[in-house]
This record gives sequence, C-alpha cells and structure tokens, in this order.
Amino acid sequence: MAKAKSNSIATPVLDTSGLDGLIKLLRDKGYQVIGPHRADDAVVYDVIDSIDALPAGWGAEQSPGRYRLRRRDDDALFGYGLAPQGWKRQLYPPRQKIFGASRQNGGFAVDAPPPPSPPMAFIGVRACELAAMGRQAKVFGDRDFADPGYQRRLAEAFVVAVQCNEADSTCFCLAMGSGPEVTTGYDIKLVEVVTKDRHVFITEAGSPRGAKMLKALKTGKASPADLSAAERSLRHAGQQQRRLDAAAARALAANPEHPRWDQLAERCLSCGNCTMVCPTCFCTTIDDVTDLKGDHAERWRKWDSCFTLDFSYIHGGAVRTETRSRYRQWITHKLSTWVDQFDETGCVGCGRCITWCPVGIDITEEAAAITDQGRT
Amino acid sequence: MVKPDTLGPIIDEHPFFRGIDAALRDLLTGCAANERFETGDMLFRQGDEAAKFFLIRAGTVAIEIDQPAQPPIIVETIGEGEIAGWSWMIAPYRMTFDARAVTLVRALSFDAKCLRRKMEADPVLGYEVLRRFLPVMAHRLAAARLQMLDLYGPRGAAKAAKPIKTEKAQTKSKGRNRAADARLDQAKGKKKKDGGS
Amino acid sequence: MNAAAHDHDPVHDPMIPVPFRIEKVRRDLSDTFTMELVPEAGGEFAFKPGQFNMLYVFGVGEVPISISGDPADRSVLVHTTRAVGTVTEALDALKPGDSLGVRGPFGTAWPVEAAFGHDLVFVAGGVGLAPLRPAIYQAVANRDRFGRIIVLYGARTPEDILYKKELERWRGRFDLDVLVTVDRATGKWGGNVGVVTNLIARGGFDPLHTASFVCGPEVMMRYSAQALEKKGVDRGRIWVSVERNMKCGCGLCGHCQWGPHFTCKDGPVFRYDRVADLFQIREL
Repeated sequence: MAKAKSNSIATPVLDTSGLDGLIKLLRDKGYQVIGPHRADDAVVYDVIDSIDALPAGWGAEQSPGRYRLRRRDDDALFGYGLAPQGWKRQLYPPRQKIFGASRQNGGFAVDAPPPPSPPMAFIGVRACELAAMGRQAKVFGDRDFADPGYQRRLAEAFVVAVQCNEADSTCFCLAMGSGPEVTTGYDIKLVEVVTKDRHVFITEAGSPRGAKMLKALKTGKASPADLSAAERSLRHAGQQQRRLDAAAARALAANPEHPRWDQLAERCLSCGNCTMVCPTCFCTTIDDVTDLKGDHAERWRKWDSCFTLDFSYIHGGAVRTETRSRYRQWITHKLSTWVDQFDETGCVGCGRCITWCPVGIDITEEAAAITDQGRT
Repeated sequence: MVKPDTLGPIIDEHPFFRGIDAALRDLLTGCAANERFETGDMLFRQGDEAAKFFLIRAGTVAIEIDQPAQPPIIVETIGEGEIAGWSWMIAPYRMTFDARAVTLVRALSFDAKCLRRKMEADPVLGYEVLRRFLPVMAHRLAAARLQMLDLYGPRGAAKAAKPIKTEKAQTKSKGRNRAADARLDQAKGKKKKDGGS
Repeated sequence: MNAAAHDHDPVHDPMIPVPFRIEKVRRDLSDTFTMELVPEAGGEFAFKPGQFNMLYVFGVGEVPISISGDPADRSVLVHTTRAVGTVTEALDALKPGDSLGVRGPFGTAWPVEAAFGHDLVFVAGGVGLAPLRPAIYQAVANRDRFGRIIVLYGARTPEDILYKKELERWRGRFDLDVLVTVDRATGKWGGNVGVVTNLIARGGFDPLHTASFVCGPEVMMRYSAQALEKKGVDRGRIWVSVERNMKCGCGLCGHCQWGPHFTCKDGPVFRYDRVADLFQIREL
C-alpha cells in the first residue's frame, strides 16, 4: 500500500478483460489475489484466479440486523455494497501462530519461524476499508511496540480499491470522513461504470508500482459519459441515511452512568458479532497448547471480543460482569477513548456492526442518545 | 499523680487536642490525670464502667475481645497520638472492648463524670470534644470495615471463584434479558421492564 | 481465506519469549515464592522499578509478574509470585535448573527520581510489597536525595509478611522508618493490628513535601490514596499500580484497557490524579 499521487491527463479505463488481465498479472507477479466472491449467501473476500469468481450481477440489501443478497438489474462486479468481513481477516488473521517451541536439554527453544506467506493483492477495497487498514496499522505499530507480521503484510499488500457507487442503508462513512470517495492508500483505484452497452473501470494509479502495473495492461480512454457517470455515482454513494457526530461522541467516556446503558443491556445479547465484523476491532487472546507428549508447544493468537466475560478476567473474577459494562466498553473505546489512544476515531462508518447485530442495535443511534444529541 | 498545672502543655501537645482554645483546655485539665501502664496491664475491660478515656502519649495499646479457650482477638492497636475509649460518651457508659498495654504505656486519662458534667454545662466545650471524637470514630469504623474485607486473603475462594462468579454474573446482570430469559419471564407472567422499546 | 499466518521475527517481536534459567527459588510464604533467573543465552536484564514481565511456563501459559529485584543488579532477574492460578501454580512447581520464558520488561515505572527532595512514603498491602521493592532499593541507594523514607506495610497475618528479614534489616537502619501492621494478629504478634491506612493516619511525614508510592489490592490503594490526601498529600504526588488483564504486555491485545489507558503500557504505575476518576466507575 502506498500514498496516492495525483497524475495522468487522459483518464485510462480498463474493460472487464482488462481487469481480468490485472488479476492474472498480479498472480504472475507472485501475489495471492484476494477478492469478492459469492459464498454462503454472502459476499466474502477469498482467493480468486479470474474475474469469473467476482459476484457479477449480485447486490445486497443491508439494514439493522439484516443482510440479503439480491440480483441486480445489471452485471456490476462490485455492486454488492460491503462484504460482511473486511480485510482484517487477511491482514490480521483470526488465528495466528505466534511461535512453536520444543523441549531441549532441560529447557526449551523457540522454533525458527516458517518462511513468510506470499504477498497478497486485494481486489475491491472500499474507502472505509482503506481507512480501517490505516486505523489498525496505527494500533499495530504506531507507538512503542509493533506487530511485525501485520506491518509486513500491509506493506506488501497490493491494493486495488473500488469506489462505492451506492450506499447501503447502514453506511455512514461520509460522517466519519472515511468515504465514499477513495482518496488515498491504494495502488490502483477503480470506478466501475456499467450501462447497457458499456462496462469499464475508470482507473487511476496511486503508487509507482500501481502505475507500473497499469502500464503493462491494455487500457482505453474514459469517455465524457464515463466520467459524468462516475461523478453521479459518487454523489449517489454519498446519500447516506445515517450519520454520527464524531466530535460529540467523544463525550461517551464522560457518561459511564447514563441510563441508556441499562436500556441497551436489555437488548444486547453480548454475542460479540459487532466486534467480529468491525474492521478496526483488534483484540486478541492467547492459546497455549502442547502435543500429547508435552514436548512441543505452540502459542496461538485468536481474535477475541470485549463482549466475553473472560475478556476482563483478573485474579478473582471478571471486571466487566454486566452486559452494560461490556457494551459500554466497546462503543466508548470505539468512539471516545480510541481518540485518546491514537488521535483518531476507531470507527470508519462502515455500518457492519449495525447490519450484523442480531437485534439491530445501531451505533449511531446509541452514541447520539448517550451523548444527548436530541435523537433517540 | 502529676499536678494538674503541668498537664496543660501535655494536652496542648497531643494531636487529639492540638490547637484547642486555652480556656477550654483549662476546663479539660481539671478532669485529667497522668497514668502509666506496664506491659500486660489492662487500661480497661469490656463491661467495666466507662469511667475514663485515654490520650495515648507513648506505647501501644491493643483493643481486644476475650474468648474462651483461645487467645484474645486483637481488633486493632492504638499508638502514640491516638485515643482509647469512647464508651464514656454513650449511655449506659460501659466499656465495649478490652484494652491492654502491649508495651509500657504513658497516657493522659480523663475522668468521664467530670468531663460529662463540664460538657453539659458548657456546650462549647461539649461541641469541641465531640467534634474531635467524631472523625476518630468515623476513621475507626472505616478501618474496621476494610479490615473485615480480608483484602490480602485468597480472592473469592481461589480456584472455585471463576465459575461461581460466572453464574452470578449471568443471573445478576442487568443485561440478562437474553431473548430466552425474556420469553421465560413473559411465560411466567412477569411484567417486562419499561423502556428499551 | 488464506491460511493462518505465522511470520514473526524472533529477534524483534515483543510476543516471543526469551528462555531464562532458574538459578534459585526461595519460599517466602506458604503460597508465595521468589525466583532468581538468568538469561540462558547470557547477558544482562535491565528494568525500571515497577515494571513487569510476562513469564511463560512451557506449554502451560503466561502471566504478568512484576519484577521485584534490585534495578542496580542487572545480572539476575528476580520475581516474587503468589500461586493462585494454573500458570502461577505451574511456576511454583519449577525447580532450580528449569527454564521459563520471559517477555519484557513492560510498563511504566515508579518515578523514584521525581520524588527526590521529598519525604518518600511507600504504602504496600499483601504481595503488593513485591512491585515496590525495586523502588525501595533504588530509594535506599539514593538515601541522601530524600527527606524521610517511610515504608508502611499491611499484611493479612504475621505469617503473611513478605520479605520479613529484609523489612527487619531496613527497620534496623537509623534512616528508614518501617511500620508493619496486620489485619489479624496470630501467635505472639506484638506489633500493630489494623489496616495500613491507620499507619498513614499516624503521619510522620511532611505532607506538603511527600511523594507516595502505593501498591496492593485496588481497594487498599483507593483507601490509602484517600488517607494520604486526608493527611494533605497532593494527588499529583501519589502513584498507584493498577492490575488489569494483561495478556500481551505491549498494547496489542486490548484486554487490559481501563478507560483510555492500556494498563500494560500506560501503566501499571499511574499518577493518582490521572486515574482517580476511573477508580470511581464500576466495571470499567
């Protein structure tokens, strides 16, 4: 991933076979190419080998507690809105082996680390997802300690961003300043233009390696109609139903005893779905395991959720025994104390926590209510 | 016994009466006496008439509860600059605990009847004495509560603690209305809490 | 999905433990023991008083344990541990010659230098004396930089007094005041009975020029800080050491968050005025 750089006079476009060529080229260069793919009645990010794997013609409806795929009336490849899982699954996998160790002359020795996995190329990264990568990059290395694995994977990743042409009902990236326009953090940016007789991607390089890659592909020129369609789409994507006042939400930490926490706890199932789909949530726990003989041990790091009782366990018991305390921890961290820690908010406005909450709790609504912004 | 006129400065110097008005101090002096207890001596016993209270000037006093077949339980120890005994203020004026000199103890004692009479007659003195006793009593109460907590003991019965706490958390949590719970409550005809909808 | 990643650099990754060998084990109390460790690969271990390490028992797991040795002695790493759970009990079962893994040191330190020119009051409760001991060593090593140095220590019973010999040695010095109190007197105990806040109330320090380091169970620290304030010590010159669920030790795992703080790297030692409000929030 590299910084964006404005350039180019004539705007290049790729057609669908050009996009396929990009995927093939990335694969030839040794990248493991990961992109959207329809599976299990959802769009997931998975290893793909051509554009045939992309969810052509599929869209999705999202609302609080609801996600349904539906057929679109066009063949858009990136018309599915936001996939349930962001790219943290690739950049910070749910299970990571931290080390293996073996018993050795009375002591133990840490095994040599295995060779690193190949670099990844991401196809179809949204603006809010790019913002989320930036947030996590800061968590995993901005300050005293870094996670070398995350930093390496992110630095190596080739990012093909795709700008949103429409907004889901749960989106609020505009309010969080993280979208819908893709402005930075990509190697190649695509804007999909699809009409009855034309299907192209307005293309822009955001880094030298992105430019190099584009040069190796057969591109056309964007027509004035393409460009105005792209503009229209961006406006369309900016029409969002939800908003969140990030500055006002800072006050969450100052309201630990608001009665709304109790009302929330009446609804919240403490299931942790929001933390699993949140693209910035980074908490993990540790599993230490051994083989049956006890001669070889491994340590694994697994995603964890602040909604579990064990999360806050100290000798004697858990600190946050009540659902209200756990929800309070999550949303307060996300919107308030994250700013204390990292000088930016922990929310990018993707709305996944709203869609994937089984009871449809809406972070924007709760933040407004608890900070008394005159909404309920 | 030391002559009363030498007691004034001793009262002045003791933290408990530090800064007291000279006229009030003179009233106190009339009820005071200097005392000395050897190690093991009892300053007072539970049930005794609360005829005195003590300003400890030096040494350590153990406040104890006696019990059969076991050594007495030491509730707390009191040292230099502190006071022992307040039952003299509370009818029927009987000592609540035993007080034993753990070391050589030098103290100033105040005759309870004498002091009560003067306090009744002079509410300014009465208020002054109570005003100084009250924080000590509040501190001792707070300290006794903390002591009861057994803060340094094994927390929550060591290993059994975790599951027990979990169960408790689930039944006591304000967020317990997991859907199943709510349905169960409804089925039982419980009234659902207002709000949240 | 791509397979689980396992690509960590064993040299720089703060998550990889370094093998240490146990040189000595001393039993302090029935459930508490002190280990002296040296790096198997040789070399020294530098730390600041108040910092902690993550100790790893091969195949069993890892626990955060404060360092309790002398920061001036880098040749040996000293940890005092109370066996209360799976990992600490596994630690307890280790013998001299055995190995364990060490990650650290992590966290903030007792600001011993910041207390120069003041009276320094240590307030310890239970095994809370262990994280304070390196600071006491450092203060004693710089004895002439302080006014009075007072160690106030509360233990459960006389049998639970940690570092008893050392406390006696310190008390024998003419330039240290060591006061010990127990919650419950047993045997021939002739010392103080009552909570450690009683010792604070007795004073003996100049509150306007006093710094205080407080370590023990959270309840004990809250009331100790309150007692110090009541005596006139400014909250900005009181420090406390906070325990939360530290799993990674380096701010990556999120477990030990306490309000805006990662206890593992913004703490465990906090200046009291910066966290006094957090102490008041339940289940934070």
